Amino acid sequence: MKLTLQVWRQERPESKGRLISYGVNDVSPDMSFLEMLDVLNIELVKKNEVPIAFDHDCREGICGSCGMMINGRAHGPGRGIATCQLHMRHFKDGDTIVIEPWRARAFPVLKDLMVDRTAMDRVMMAGGYVSTKTGGMVDGNTLLIPKPIADEAFDAAACIGCGACVASCPNSSLMLFVAAKVSQLALLPQGQHERKERVESMLAVMDENQFGSCTNTYACEAECPKEISVTHIARLNREFIRAKITA
Amino acid sequence: MKKVISFYHSSVGKKILMSLAGLFLCSFLVIHLSGNLALFKNDNGESFNHYSEFMAHNPVIRSTEILLVAGFLLHMFLGGTLWLKNRAARPEKYSAYKLSDNTPFESRNTMLSGSIVLFFLIVHLKQFFLPSRFFGETNMYALVLQAFASPLYDLLYLAALVMLAYHLKHAFQSAFQTLGLRKGKYIVLFDAVAVVFWLLIPIGFASMPIYFFLSTLK
Ligand code: SF4
Ligand code: FES
Repeated sequence: MKLTLQVWRQERPESKGRLISYGVNDVSPDMSFLEMLDVLNIELVKKNEVPIAFDHDCREGICGSCGMMINGRAHGPGRGIATCQLHMRHFKDGDTIVIEPWRARAFPVLKDLMVDRTAMDRVMMAGGYVSTKTGGMVDGNTLLIPKPIADEAFDAAACIGCGACVASCPNSSLMLFVAAKVSQLALLPQGQHERKERVESMLAVMDENQFGSCTNTYACEAECPKEISVTHIARLNREFIRAKITA
Repeated sequence: MKKVISFYHSSVGKKILMSLAGLFLCSFLVIHLSGNLALFKNDNGESFNHYSEFMAHNPVIRSTEILLVAGFLLHMFLGGTLWLKNRAARPEKYSAYKLSDNTPFESRNTMLSGSIVLFFLIVHLKQFFLPSRFFGETNMYALVLQAFASPLYDLLYLAALVMLAYHLKHAFQSAFQTLGLRKGKYIVLFDAVAVVFWLLIPIGFASMPIYFFLSTLK
């Protein structure tokens, strides 16, 4: 099929970007979205033009590198998939596709579709870990965790840190991401001793990095490639209240 | 004290305060509506005037009134602060943004619905609250009849209620989410209570202009 792409091109962080139109021919419905961009990039290189920059790594939905706004939807149409898992069969011959980078004050554009997501790393550094001496290997099943709790923690741990929650949110809020991280550790025994400091400091760093604040539109849950549930946001709020009212 | 300050400084803390203020305002809606039901008593407004008189001069009501005004101001101030912060969080807008594919109208427009409700509230206070509370008007029933006889006023009243319903449809369940109470089996419960609330309260208020307007036609 033939497509028209309107791609955000921006040379440097400080330069002004704009949407540029490109035609791509011979797109197979079996291609992934990123493969389709690869094809376009090869054409651009042949014509001595600068290829479109975009982040990607695993190309199988596990690393969280890829991510772009495709026709106004984070990671494009479809549920529970990252951009690398989106296939061209979701589009029709003759379609025009608008491709933009994640937009948020906290995610400045580096080049074209690549944005700087280190703000999320800063939030992780504020408490998204457990401080523990790892020592030697522990026997399996020494630490028993009830299945429903393990499942819930695992669902939260599925977050790949892609930032689609911020990109899709009308307030550019990072709440779903922080909720996933806080929730995962609050549920497990290993996370207990830093439980209060974790939620307080991760939220403080989230605010410092100029993310917006959640208004419960739940757009994040709908666009999250790992379908992280907003019930984790309720838990995050609970954890925050708990940390503030207990000594 | 440090905890209190850091609570307020946190965006989550602000939202918790905002939701508590909002729920407090919801309790006012229930009380206001149940009192207004006196309008339907077929006694030429005697019970309603009695009730208005009580509301305007009872010391307990008068002191709660201060709390109510504070609740309104707090809710609006925090709402405005967060709204501005949220707009600033995305300086460059998307040229294509399909938020509507994933979210309901009311969740994206609480600022709009809230502002319209506020505008109506001002009109409403001027029309009913000021005369009864400050200008010694005792026949509130007559005032209500006169207001509802105007189709224009009735339309404004109904439009404001539609906005109130939209506002509550999002805000009521949202408050429980913010307070961290929306979890497990309670989700169904809170969401059910929310439906009853956002639907029944505005319908209750709407029944008044409709009833009185229809009775002028007879
Ligand atoms: S919560 Fe979902 S959308 Fe947000 S960073 Fe994690 S995986 Fe991506
Ligand atoms: S490239 Fe790794 S998730 Fe898409």
